[in-house]
Amino acid sequence: MTVTEASSAVQQPGVAGHLRTVTVKVRRYDPEVDPEANWQSFEVPVEKGDRLLDALHQIKWYQDGSLTFRRSCAHGVCGSDAMRINGVNRLACKVLVKDLGDEILVEPIKGLAVLKDLVVDMEPFFEAFRAVKPFLITSGREPTRERLQSTKDRARFDDTTKCIMCAACTTSCPVFWTDDAYFGPQAIVAAHRFIFDSRDDGARERLEILNDKEGVWRCRTTFNCTDACPRGIEVTKAIQEVKRALIFRRR
Amino acid sequence: MTAVVTGDLPVIEAPRSRRSGGGNGTNFEMYAWIFMRMSGLLLVFLVLGHLFIMLLLDGGVQRINFGFVAGRWASPFWRTWDLAQLWLAQLHGTNGLRVIINDYAERDGTRFWLKMLLYTSSFLVLLLGTLVIFTFDPDITG
Repeated sequence: MTVTEASSAVQQPGVAGHLRTVTVKVRRYDPEVDPEANWQSFEVPVEKGDRLLDALHQIKWYQDGSLTFRRSCAHGVCGSDAMRINGVNRLACKVLVKDLGDEILVEPIKGLAVLKDLVVDMEPFFEAFRAVKPFLITSGREPTRERLQSTKDRARFDDTTKCIMCAACTTSCPVFWTDDAYFGPQAIVAAHRFIFDSRDDGARERLEILNDKEGVWRCRTTFNCTDACPRGIEVTKAIQEVKRALIFRRR
Repeated sequence: MTAVVTGDLPVIEAPRSRRSGGGNGTNFEMYAWIFMRMSGLLLVFLVLGHLFIMLLLDGGVQRINFGFVAGRWASPFWRTWDLAQLWLAQLHGTNGLRVIINDYAERDGTRFWLKMLLYTSSFLVLLLGTLVIFTFDPDITG
């Protein structure tokens, strides 16, 4: 980011007054240049309140335009910029650089094929999402007005409605790393959102899908997903609730 | 207004095809999961009890010899205890390793052969152990 020199009178020693320099090491990969991925370091001036995404923008806009990453809303809502930051999955737009130390490692999320730099092929992830039928399934006559629901019934699955499908949970799951046939935490969260919805009639169907050998029983309760979720969804808890629903056949 | 579609329609692919074999409508994985928890709980008592009797109680490990085992196994209670311990521990361990193989073996071939090795060795241990518990003869001279 260019710095206006207007306030130079009060500048403190350093890069440019209030700026601080951090080293951002990015796992670069471009199959057209090098079949191997390798680390590249950037010295990035950052402001106190900068997020990691700002540092990445600084690199892309002023240092190396070839750096490739996804981001859309840049405010933690769209879920495009999940990446592995200092070894843990976070949204680049939600972590502050000041919390990451002087050397920051940035890698693509793990377990999905890397296309370029920090961009991965999300298709297996979305495939698992589609497989749990993430839409309202109803039977019987269409009501003439809205499908009403009590506050209590709504609260039952409130946590899992918060998912933004950033894939931070699924790509932090050690089971998913070695076997992408496993549905992964996100798909189970998506299923949970409908299984426990009082307006939905597809619970049996979805539970049967998750009873599969690649389903909830592969979960090892490592809590990586809960730790990774930028929305604070208790992912592991949701998975356990689906297991319980399967064992006792009720929701 | 209807949109005019030129060229090929976008193809919406079928939801992910499930991996072949296993899990086809059975509850095997669920029962395996429940078994791990139940056997684990039981084994805590069985194994800790076993260790306490064998290693600590009056004289501890020093007193164990053929006669001691023969004396214990004269009682159906201890035979049942040991049989339960053998089967639960063996199946618990086998299922645990099966799950680890599923998690970490990357190729189907590796997965298959590791499991075959596991099941064969597990079967042999179960067979031998069960045979000894049921056919134990306290007459050492025979």
